[in-house]
Amino acid sequence: MLLVILLFLPLVFALLTYLSGDRCAKYVALAGGAATFVACNFLKLPFLQGGMTPIVYAHAWIANPVINFSLSLDGLSFMLVALTTFLVPLIIFTTYRKEIDNPKSFFALILLMEFGLLGVFLASDGFLFYVFWELALIPIYFIALLWGENKDAAFRHRAIFKFFVYTLAGSLFMLLGFIYLYQHVGSFSIDALYHSNLPDSAQSILFWAFFIAFAIKIPVFPFHTWQPDTYKESPSAGTMLLAGIMLKMGIYGLLRWLLPIAPHGVLLWTPLVIVLAVIGVIYGSIIAIKQDDLKKLLAYSSFAHVGLITAGVFTLTREGFQGAAVQMFAHGFNVVGLFFAAEIIFQRTGTHSISQLGGIRNVAPKFAACFMLVVLASVALPTTNAFIGEFLLLYGIYGYNTWLSLIAGLTIILGAVYMFRMYQLVMLGETNSLTSSFEDLNWKELLVFVFIIIGIFEIGLAPKMMMQMLQPSLDLILNYSLR
Amino acid sequence: MTLLLLIILLPLIGFLINAFVGKKLPKIVSGIIGSGTILVSFVLSAIFFIGFINGTQQKIDVNVYDWIVLPDFTITFGLLLDQLSVTWLMVVTGIGFLIHIYSISYMHDDEKFHVFFSYLNLFIFFMLLLVLGNNFLVTFIGWEGVGLCSYLLIGFWFKNQDYNNAAKKAFIMNRVGDLGFLLGMFLLLYNFHSLHFGTLQTILASATVSHGLIIAITLLLFVGAMGKSAQLPLYTWLPDAMAGPTPVSALIHAATMVTAGIYMIARANFIYVLAPETMQFIAFIGVATALFAATIGLMQNDIKKVLAYSTVSQLGLMFMALGVGAFTSGVFHVVTHAFFKACLFLGSGSVIHALHGEQDIRNMGGLKKYMPITFWTFLISSLAISGVFPFSGFFSKDEILAAAFEHNKVLWAVASLASLMTAFYMFRLVFLTFTGEFRGTEEQKHHLHESPALITFPLVVLALLAAVGGAFGLPEFLGFHHGLKEFLSPVFVANPNAGEEHGLSHSTEIALMAGAFIGALLSIGYAYSKYVSGKALPIKDGAQTGLGKIIYHKYYVDEIYNLLFVKSTLWLSEIFHTVVDNTVVDGAVNWSGKFSLLVGGQVRKLQSGSIGFYLLAMVISIVVMFFYVFIIR
Repeated sequence: MLLVILLFLPLVFALLTYLSGDRCAKYVALAGGAATFVACNFLKLPFLQGGMTPIVYAHAWIANPVINFSLSLDGLSFMLVALTTFLVPLIIFTTYRKEIDNPKSFFALILLMEFGLLGVFLASDGFLFYVFWELALIPIYFIALLWGENKDAAFRHRAIFKFFVYTLAGSLFMLLGFIYLYQHVGSFSIDALYHSNLPDSAQSILFWAFFIAFAIKIPVFPFHTWQPDTYKESPSAGTMLLAGIMLKMGIYGLLRWLLPIAPHGVLLWTPLVIVLAVIGVIYGSIIAIKQDDLKKLLAYSSFAHVGLITAGVFTLTREGFQGAAVQMFAHGFNVVGLFFAAEIIFQRTGTHSISQLGGIRNVAPKFAACFMLVVLASVALPTTNAFIGEFLLLYGIYGYNTWLSLIAGLTIILGAVYMFRMYQLVMLGETNSLTSSFEDLNWKELLVFVFIIIGIFEIGLAPKMMMQMLQPSLDLILNYSLR
Repeated sequence: MTLLLLIILLPLIGFLINAFVGKKLPKIVSGIIGSGTILVSFVLSAIFFIGFINGTQQKIDVNVYDWIVLPDFTITFGLLLDQLSVTWLMVVTGIGFLIHIYSISYMHDDEKFHVFFSYLNLFIFFMLLLVLGNNFLVTFIGWEGVGLCSYLLIGFWFKNQDYNNAAKKAFIMNRVGDLGFLLGMFLLLYNFHSLHFGTLQTILASATVSHGLIIAITLLLFVGAMGKSAQLPLYTWLPDAMAGPTPVSALIHAATMVTAGIYMIARANFIYVLAPETMQFIAFIGVATALFAATIGLMQNDIKKVLAYSTVSQLGLMFMALGVGAFTSGVFHVVTHAFFKACLFLGSGSVIHALHGEQDIRNMGGLKKYMPITFWTFLISSLAISGVFPFSGFFSKDEILAAAFEHNKVLWAVASLASLMTAFYMFRLVFLTFTGEFRGTEEQKHHLHESPALITFPLVVLALLAAVGGAFGLPEFLGFHHGLKEFLSPVFVANPNAGEEHGLSHSTEIALMAGAFIGALLSIGYAYSKYVSGKALPIKDGAQTGLGKIIYHKYYVDEIYNLLFVKSTLWLSEIFHTVVDNTVVDGAVNWSGKFSLLVGGQVRKLQSGSIGFYLLAMVISIVVMFFYVFIIR
């Protein structure tokens, strides 16, 4: 029952936020985010006490076709639920300083999106999963469309509309996939689907139906072109939601739904997908080097990082899975930290253009230190969270193919190239007219960074607990994927 | 274990104090916290060291906690203290302490004084972790951590973008090496399910392992060492790293961090002895680097650049020692080199300090009478690095040359040539800086002074060590007791490919020793005749011709790398972004969008509303379906 409360808390608070009016909307939303996080922590206890069996809830919903309102929380789901419930209030908190038009709608939409995201991570019925999957898209579409900051509204509308249509089109393939599955298995229930035994040819087609939906969301090369413009045009809170949490829906989908349901289809197409993912790693990193727009640079960097995660998933190894899971969590923290830094810079200077910045470290040492730590996590320095993730991912890829791991490993070099170049141009050197009066972090901004930095080092230094929590759920998925 | 942890944690605590509250503290307090923590670490290290010498201290190999746990393997956060790590511990904390107190004076006018000390302490922390890790991954934490500190300290004066470029270059080039290190670890982990030094040693001692695998592992790990220890072809970051404050050059880019590659290979000696081909390769790279860097050193006019190339060259000699299996000699040279090179860098800092930032030796000269302590300590260290009897470098270098002679005469010849060059360019430096007439401005001359005690004290201590440091490893064939060799013997497994000097007769050894000594004296004499008697000065920039010009421009390696790697990557970035991404990939996406609109538009026209058309379409469809079902299938 706690599961249902957890899931519906954001929805209830979304409603309350909308009703509370513009003045208190932000506080009600923050309270809602915090309450959900607290609820999530109650669910943590069984995991800490060594309970490895999933927490489930099921209720009949529609009789024909048989669709159940069934939820399940295992280690993998819990990790993503924890990430979501932690990041959403943090993201709400990052907007405290901004004048937002129509705040009651804005914050209600964020909470509505949290509802959708939690549903995606909890659903154990295929149709329910699809419903939440689409539900999560709608709020972010409006957030990006209506609250974007750049002046060129026509360009923004085009970019966001493209994102919407692109991801929606991808999801339709997934819907077809589920309908096909229902016709042949007679159920949307994840257990039944895991035990289905479809012919290889059908699995091959199913693979693409699901993969395209997930690949667009993640995104995997070459389905990524919606991403840079969307990240650039969205308000920072939206970008954080997209990059920090939403793209994990795609990776989660791969792990939870695609791999165990169509294992033979996966096996058939794995070589292609891993190569595409690794191409994305290198390609995204190289493009990031010359970007002038800070948010686009971070978008390409994020694209490169998730390429590595995707490759790790498709190695079908324990290390690849663990690396992918840990890195999903780590990436959530790091990318939110990076986009928060971009937001702080934008608030104070009015630009994201790297070439116009410089010298900020002279006037804002606290910000410089926090930003540096997040950059270090992003380049996977040992003792940070991303090092654990990248180490396991690259090791998993090594187990799949030596040469591929060498190529994917270039990420540790290229990542340092674009991140340190960016940091140098933005933060170091002499100040200019835009940056000379750059105000250092206030305590609220510092607090956000402190939360993120604690997360970075906690996972980097002591990932054992999280990995042990993930292990049974990942092993189960791996077993079904290798059947 | 508590004491051991304390040795590591003290510098970390110093870092945290200076990082968080250093700004509010008076500079002297910041400095005392920074130096004091290192001093305590040094004293604790010394206790362990004495314990090892007396035989009362046993090897410590302890796991602090489980770090990365998977069903197939567990990587712990663990520490290892044995004779090898305690040797490094002494060097890092001892020289580290001296350089800390030197910095109190050297950095006194800097507004980010406390930041400097926090970075120095952080560096010592990571360096100790590197040395004390009981498995490759903990060592790797330290390995990348010192790289980070190096980045932060090279770019310490971050308003200058040239310095920032140098810092970035150091980090990125090290990352190239680190990728090799990482892949080497993957091979170990994949095949042996462990990264723990002790476990790996046991496995490799008993199991039969494919030779190709061992070669791959050793080569990949060596790539890591090439980056960190600035060997060909990954050395170009080190001369640029001189952009950092001079104490940093002394500590990180001469005495400690750059020897990490040698430490790692010495630590993994049990793997390397199984791969003679790799050893051969290491010896080759080492000696090539030694010669290559020495030739560049001949033509440099920046006091720190000369020392930087000399460091690269000396590191090459150390690798050659490892490559011919003379592990102890390599470590011995690390220790003596730490003494004299730290002293040389600190001495150059003293000179630069006195001249208010002047680094070009063409604008120096005659400093002997103004800065006697700096001069004498610099001279002693130069004699040591040149291999003049009885200074420390003579003994350690002689061991390496003898081992090379026994292994391969070509290696010996090239290494000897590099040593002759070293003696020449070091004394070119000494003479141009300290003798003759002062060539700077009147203004500078007016302010010339010996540095304060906080600067000269470390110089004197290091010069003393540089003078007598050879006592740690006196030659056995003359009936002496080689202390270091005996001390380290539990660490190094016998190497079947290169006995450490057992093969040479006494007369050969003595001849080699005498030859090296005379050669060094001749080189110094040549430098004397040219720069003191002949009063020659290096020619102006741009006036060089032919080979001199090429060497002066460091063989244009930086320019070549720039073209091959930097420019091409930037070009690729541009192409990928504008052509591939925006035009091809996104074009295809937009095209499919337009295509569906187009199809939609055409299909819409079909819905004309004419019943007749619909009927016709229906009939045709039925006929087609009929044919498909009954005839084609």
